[in-house]
Amino acid sequence: MKKFQKYIFPLVFLILIGLSYLFDFATGEKIGLNFWMFFKEMILFLPLMFILIGLFDVWVPRERIEKHIGLESGWKGTGLVILLATLQAGPLYGAFPFAYILWRKGCSIRNVFIYLGAFSAIKVPMLAFEIGFLGLKFSILRTLITLPIFIFIGYLMEWYLKDKDFEVTQ
Amino acid sequence: MFLRLLPTLILMLALVSIVLYLIPEEKLAQYMGEGSGISSWATAALFGSVALIPGFIAYPLCGILINSGVAYSVIAVFITTLMMTGFLTLPVEAKFFGWKVSVIRNLISLAAALLIGLTMGFFL
Repeated sequence: MKKFQKYIFPLVFLILIGLSYLFDFATGEKIGLNFWMFFKEMILFLPLMFILIGLFDVWVPRERIEKHIGLESGWKGTGLVILLATLQAGPLYGAFPFAYILWRKGCSIRNVFIYLGAFSAIKVPMLAFEIGFLGLKFSILRTLITLPIFIFIGYLMEWYLKDKDFEVTQ
Repeated sequence: MFLRLLPTLILMLALVSIVLYLIPEEKLAQYMGEGSGISSWATAALFGSVALIPGFIAYPLCGILINSGVAYSVIAVFITTLMMTGFLTLPVEAKFFGWKVSVIRNLISLAAALLIGLTMGFFL
């Protein structure tokens, strides 16, 4: 029963959207259009993310992760994790599963959160978009200001979670 | 992993679609447009924090807002919270990091966004 419960809301939502289209209910149609836009993004990026995660899981050995972005990796590790995050694309919730695999393979807490920060705030594929709509000066300034701030967040989370048996779960 | 996440993701996307319908662009521009006073900052941070909106939707939206006279510093707060904090996506995030850590991460990111906005306002 409990397993079934979590499907109720999505199902009701989809049925309502369907009915809106059937009866030309404008509010429902607009919400449906928004939903379709987000859904397309999810369907486009999430499977890619999971393929990436799968390949990463098989190809990159734990020792290498531990050595390069693990606990004692220092600034080089931070740089590496930022590079990894900024080259990826997609919504932040797509980064959560990747953060899980990084953590499981021995990436440090600090670098996990720096990864999330970089993934959400600075993405190379999105930079062209930002420059186009908001200008070069805005983009450069925002990137330069944001970078140290989420590195600091990484340190802050590490400091906070250090003695707390923190785990990333699946 | 993907299929297990799917109901939560659909729930989240449904909520985001409803919120986006309830707050159209004109409303956003109207609320954020009044110079760069406290109220426009609060609006930007609040609306930005609710949902996680991907760049290719967020940037065009910000372009529209800039053209309707919203200050760059307010836009910086809006875009940072749009991308870094998502209270509607908390159920998804909590599946990976637990509720407490997810809430903390979102709150810290919100504070960071305000700091970023302040600094941007200083330069632009």
